[in-house]
Amino acid sequence: MVVDQLSETELDRLFQALADATRRDIVRRVTIGEYSVSGLAALYAMSFAAVQKHVAVLERASLITKEKRGREQIVRGNHDGLQKARQLLDEYEAIWRQRVERIADILAEK
Amino acid sequence: MTVISSTKNPEALTLTLVAEFDASPEQVWQIWENPRQLERWWGPPTWPATFEQYEFEPGGKASYYMTGPDGEKPRGWWRITSVQAPTRLEFDDGFADENGAPVEDIGAGHAIVTIEEIGDRTRMTILSIFESEEQMKKMIDMGMEEGMQEAAGQIDALISEHSRA
Repeated sequence: MVVDQLSETELDRLFQALADATRRDIVRRVTIGEYSVSGLAALYAMSFAAVQKHVAVLERASLITKEKRGREQIVRGNHDGLQKARQLLDEYEAIWRQRVERIADILAEK
Repeated sequence: MTVISSTKNPEALTLTLVAEFDASPEQVWQIWENPRQLERWWGPPTWPATFEQYEFEPGGKASYYMTGPDGEKPRGWWRITSVQAPTRLEFDDGFADENGAPVEDIGAGHAIVTIEEIGDRTRMTILSIFESEEQMKKMIDMGMEEGMQEAAGQIDALISEHSRA
């Protein structure tokens, strides 16, 4: 099962990282295209340092990767990290699919 | 097919599940409104749920436990935030301690259930929104025990199909 493959620390980092709206927005953007940290900073009403901090949290959670290119830091989405969140949702979906089957059985009795 | 579609958004931590049943909206509403019916499907056969408190009204509280094969009893709670029979139900849900008191620092999830008539069938849409990492993790931990029963449930369904044929 998915949870066995992830350490508690990894899970904590993953969900802490996704619990913030700005960080979720960063993930969405860099999954579609690449951004520099300064390019991202220009998008939000917060300091460069604050955006840099968000990027660092996302990097620790393996949701993004950061790479130096010249004087710029280029941020890209990390597919594997998002894949983990998706797998957890898959588990939850399985629970609901079972519930729906049981509901259908109950309704069929009538 | 009962489940029509499911949409997962890993960035926002949401799951949307759409199912259709050969039943009326009132019948589908009953499986939520009546706690004795709810108990028959909320937990899998090996982890049945027992609702000790069920106030089916806006602001109402629900308290339940599940009984595992080894007698373990994880507890959960709901806070019902919207009831519009027979079309819409909203509630927060989370984990409770052994006395049934919400474990507040774990946080809560939110569920929005909508029920609508589609021809002679009824569509039920469930939107689950996770709020915190700890809460989601707990949900999955609890869900894993259920997940292990999935294969068994499918086998049971096949057997009963055969016996009906």
